[in-house]
Amino acid sequence: MERAAVDKTFKMLIGGSFARSESGRTVSAGERLRAPAASRKDLRAAVEASEKALSGWSSATGYLRGQIVYRLAEMLEGRRAAFAAMTSEREVDASIDLLVSLAGWSDKYGQVFGSANQVAGPYHNFTVPGPVGVVGAIAPDEPPLLGLVGVIGPALVCGCSVVTLVSRSCPRAVEFGEVLETSDVPGGVVNLLTGELAELAPHFASHRGIGALVACGVDREMRTVLERGAAENMKRVSVFDAPADAGGWSSVTQLERVLEFKTIWHPSSA
Amino acid sequence: MIESAGIFEYATAPEGVRPTLRDRYGHFIGGAFVEPAEGEYFRTINPATEEVIAEVAEGSKADVDRAVNAAREALPAWSALPGVERAKYIYRIARRVQELSRELAVAESMDGGKPIRESRDVDVPLAAQHFFYYAGWADKLGYAFAGGGKFVGIGEDGAPLTPALSPGGEREQRHRVISPVGVCGQVIPWNFPLLMASWKLGPALAAGNTCVLKPAETTPLTALMLAEIFEEVELPAGVVNIVTGAGATGAAVVEHPGVNKVAFTGSTEVGKKIAHAIAGTGKKLTLELGGKSPNIVFEDASIDQAVEGIVQGIYFNQGHVCCAGSRVFVQESVAGEVIAKLKRRMGELRVGDPLDKNTDVGAINSAAQLSTIERYIDAGKSDGGAFWQAGGGVPSSGYWCRPCLFEGVQPSAVVAREEIFGPVLAVMTFRTPAEAIQRANNTPYGLAAGVWTDKGSKIFEIAKWLDAGVVWLNTYNKFDAASPFGGFKESGFGREGGVHGLRSYVTFG
Repeated sequence: MERAAVDKTFKMLIGGSFARSESGRTVSAGERLRAPAASRKDLRAAVEASEKALSGWSSATGYLRGQIVYRLAEMLEGRRAAFAAMTSEREVDASIDLLVSLAGWSDKYGQVFGSANQVAGPYHNFTVPGPVGVVGAIAPDEPPLLGLVGVIGPALVCGCSVVTLVSRSCPRAVEFGEVLETSDVPGGVVNLLTGELAELAPHFASHRGIGALVACGVDREMRTVLERGAAENMKRVSVFDAPADAGGWSSVTQLERVLEFKTIWHPSSA
Repeated sequence: MIESAGIFEYATAPEGVRPTLRDRYGHFIGGAFVEPAEGEYFRTINPATEEVIAEVAEGSKADVDRAVNAAREALPAWSALPGVERAKYIYRIARRVQELSRELAVAESMDGGKPIRESRDVDVPLAAQHFFYYAGWADKLGYAFAGGGKFVGIGEDGAPLTPALSPGGEREQRHRVISPVGVCGQVIPWNFPLLMASWKLGPALAAGNTCVLKPAETTPLTALMLAEIFEEVELPAGVVNIVTGAGATGAAVVEHPGVNKVAFTGSTEVGKKIAHAIAGTGKKLTLELGGKSPNIVFEDASIDQAVEGIVQGIYFNQGHVCCAGSRVFVQESVAGEVIAKLKRRMGELRVGDPLDKNTDVGAINSAAQLSTIERYIDAGKSDGGAFWQAGGGVPSSGYWCRPCLFEGVQPSAVVAREEIFGPVLAVMTFRTPAEAIQRANNTPYGLAAGVWTDKGSKIFEIAKWLDAGVVWLNTYNKFDAASPFGGFKESGFGREGGVHGLRSYVTFG
């Protein structure tokens, strides 16, 4: 007799806990499998968790954040086979390599994006990049794992907390939450939701706790929805297609989407 | 015995120079002044005298269309110029602004009401500096952005040109391509008219873009004088076009399908409308919007300097400043001393003729703005704040508001939450640094902040936690072409000034 497989109940990651949707609804996640269909209320809970986690994560040293993101790469390497079965070996390897590359940004983006400004007067003047705050991220449908790591990763290394909508075509990618939860990423720093884009997008766009939106692989109509909603509290919105090569996810363009610049003046005198 | 009031009496010191102004200005399109399509003009008045200075064209959709087309036509040639050639034109503009600085300053004060001391010492020199600074970037764009790249112009088909192969051959070709965004629609406010024009035009032109600029309806004159400068320095026709008018003209610029990038400085309310209007169009957008900036005074500050900083923070340019330090938080232990010294200092501010070189506080920009300010003062009184206004008279004609403040303001009071854009200060107290940070950040805005303390490590710790794009430590309201300016949160996004100011005027291919 063939052994019956034990099916997984996929859960979202909200505030460091694995959670079903408060609505009780689900979406299909493949044959026999279901994943939660997040509601507006789940999104709110995730944003709240992100807001709470932000000050600790944003003020952690770059060195520490870098080590934690590197730890993510280590843990994903350990689950390589499982994720390869879900996506492909190539995609998992690219995702691991992306995490390794991103880890190194955590204590370098200040030097690459910041500046000492030569003002015409007796002042110290410098511009310091920092995390934009809570990022709302829409992962692309494809590639589900690399795209998920690609929208979360830059925000994470730069000190942002993130609320993410996982691929709709492959909600099983939410399993990456298990990697996050075993990698010293503090609870609430990354929150993963599964569900319908059309239902959740307006709420991502209008939630006042979210400071920036990063949306990969959405169409023009969805872009309009996001940008209109974002206008209510002046969110920064970046809409882009998945980079052609995996290295593109670690580029300076990805980082600047989640950075905010503070310019500081101080007089210099005896 | 000397009458105490007499100590502060000065003879008047009127500025004698008068700029050469026309009675009537058309739009500046395609390198020449042209009549508006619908033949409509409006008057720009001197807010200190209520006298008409000149008539200015009212921009219609047809005028905007003509200006955008002129900018589109000028784009390929301008963007493909060698950087150093573009630089030379922008340097010429900077030099001519310097040469005409007295005339420009007087025109600015006549049209907008700001004291000549400020237009002469701040607005016009900074405008010249912005053109000079950005001129120097025109041939260095490959060094301006993290990741580097090769700058190329835009072709007749609207797409970036293919980079030349020499001397690096294929290596060179593999560089990221940096190209201009294209036609920029720029809508600017009435508080720093010439300076805002230079903030917008300098980086746009350096990066090879062409522009349609819409100055504010109450202060169009210095932008039109700038147009005369463009003619004089032979800036290629269509590279900068100026269309005058009110909100509808600005909306036509923003919504024109031929505009690739919108840059707006003004109120958060209008900024949100713009963001909404262009959602989904793919236009690039930068917004520099309102503020309710905190100015925090700790007990270990140099109190006299802090008091000067408070005055400079809120009464500079009649408080018509987006980054005005309109919320002062004073540590409780020194509140009495700070407020007493502040009131004494406010009493010394000379309010009156903007063209008098001794004037500290000039005219409110318009009748409409004065009534807004007065409405806020009434709201502050009914919210229960203790109102105090410096004594003294104001001229019989024109729009005036003497510097004033509210003490004992509740965080929920309108004067503590909303941008007033006038010489009205809300003073509040705090006990601990954590409380100061929490209350300073308790606003949807995030443009600027000030901190006053002589403790070095403390000042940088506070600066770290303040949600503001510009943080002035032991100083306030300082600006420079090399220093990025712009806000967090609902104060907008994008930066103007410095290398960061170039970013929104290029695209990467």
